[in-house]
Amino acid sequence: MLTEAAPSPATKADTGPMLEVRGLEAWYGESHVLHGIDFDVRAGEVVTLLGRNGAGKTTTLKSIMGVIGKRKGSVVLEGTETIGLPSRAIARLGMGYVPEERGIYASLSVEENLMLPPKVRDGGLSVEDIFTLFPNIKERLKSQGTKLSGGEQQMLAIGRILRTGAHFLLLDEPTEGLAPVIIDQIGATIRKLKQDGYTIILVEQNFRFAATVADRHYVVEQGKVIDMIPNDQLDANIDKLHGYLGV
Amino acid sequence: MFELLGIPPQALFGQVLLGLINGSFYAILSLGLAVIFGLLNIINFSHGAQYMMGAFVAWMCLTYLGINYWAALLLAPLIVGATGIAIERLLLKRIAHVDHLYGLLLTFGLALIIQGLFRNQYGSSGLPYQIPAELRGGVNLGFMFLPWYRGWVVVASLIVCLATWFLIEKTRLGAYLRAATENPTLTQAFGINVPLLVTLTYGFGVALAGFAGVLAAPIYSVNPNMGADLIIVVFAVVVIGGMGSILGAIVTGFSLGLIEGLTKVFYPEASATVIFIIMVLVLLVRPAGLFGRAA
Repeated sequence: MLTEAAPSPATKADTGPMLEVRGLEAWYGESHVLHGIDFDVRAGEVVTLLGRNGAGKTTTLKSIMGVIGKRKGSVVLEGTETIGLPSRAIARLGMGYVPEERGIYASLSVEENLMLPPKVRDGGLSVEDIFTLFPNIKERLKSQGTKLSGGEQQMLAIGRILRTGAHFLLLDEPTEGLAPVIIDQIGATIRKLKQDGYTIILVEQNFRFAATVADRHYVVEQGKVIDMIPNDQLDANIDKLHGYLGV
Repeated sequence: MFELLGIPPQALFGQVLLGLINGSFYAILSLGLAVIFGLLNIINFSHGAQYMMGAFVAWMCLTYLGINYWAALLLAPLIVGATGIAIERLLLKRIAHVDHLYGLLLTFGLALIIQGLFRNQYGSSGLPYQIPAELRGGVNLGFMFLPWYRGWVVVASLIVCLATWFLIEKTRLGAYLRAATENPTLTQAFGINVPLLVTLTYGFGVALAGFAGVLAAPIYSVNPNMGADLIIVVFAVVVIGGMGSILGAIVTGFSLGLIEGLTKVFYPEASATVIFIIMVLVLLVRPAGLFGRAA
């Protein structure tokens, strides 16, 4: 069940941030992309990284997950400094990553994609729970992973991470290119996960969607966090946010 | 005695058997190359030398330690595979971040060094290795004589190829391998130890070459050049099957061995070049190979 073994957000929030990012810098080859990202995420929160294209949102997620060539600064997950760790060790700490392009393997069936990531800790969803959450996947288990529709691929990408027991999720633009009805389903899933105690960082271009699921929004510009807007103050700051995003 | 297409059946089926035996070696060797290329993106030019090492390890086991063929069949792939693991950890890993052409050059240099060392120590005239007592002799099938050892080579090769295919296509470990081949960065981000997988894959591919070397030892003389002579044909087989394709390596290996054998019967002048002619045609019509996926 979703609720089993999930940490209580309120309890964890009292013990300080679950993730602390300080002075995070990252490079693609010679190109310096992040220039000192600072932000915190408390246990049980859903926070979004908002910003224009190329601001550094996806690179921030990749840097937290350790899937970028060169990074420095500090990323502390539940008291463990992860900046020097390979991504496989970060995954073993309970961090699950859903990349922007979804990362469904063409050479694996849907079932193999679903079962691929090893369990990193107890408390993950059972396969039946995942089928309850995303019924479409169950009907397509023997299909090639990339034969699924965009929405089904997104569900598969999220589902396979939930199986592992990861409790801190990095979701990179989960609604990109999806039909409104599928976006609603992804939104409902994220709200359910939040309810069950998962902690989530969401990269989104679509702040209207972000507003329906998030507690706080960090605005990223030119490789730095330049503002933080609590979700309940979003309406009051909407003009400022439009300015940041160039809407 | 009846004839098929003007050819006596003994000659025809004899060449078919020879073709199947050559095909067995092509299949195992190209399978090892395909597995290595798939994950490491390296064309392992030292594969022929590692095949030769398998034959030499079997010969050394018997000559120096009295270890028989059947034990060597298990031991030699393990030893040759272990040298592969050392090569990956000590050399290939260091150049993994640069262009894969450097991996080809490095393994080519390694092949020359390994062959040179063995030639220096054992000469190039070849060393005899007896067929194990259990597999001496053969059976007359009426239309041809089948030596037991040659039949065993075909069967052993088929078993190893099918077991490797099953491992890669039907098991959890194989799914890790296919995932890491397709997207190593993401696979690592799922908590899978991709560098270890790379090391073990190279070791496994090299062990397959070592296994083929032991199978070959009683048929061909154990010779430092035995791999160099074979590997060019094997590369052609890999190109025809499709670089990195497991099924392609197996099917193409056996098929081309057969085609080569039949060419020896019907047009012997072309038997040494028929595989390369097919390679040129396949490259022109289907550059990714018969079983390969276009990039």
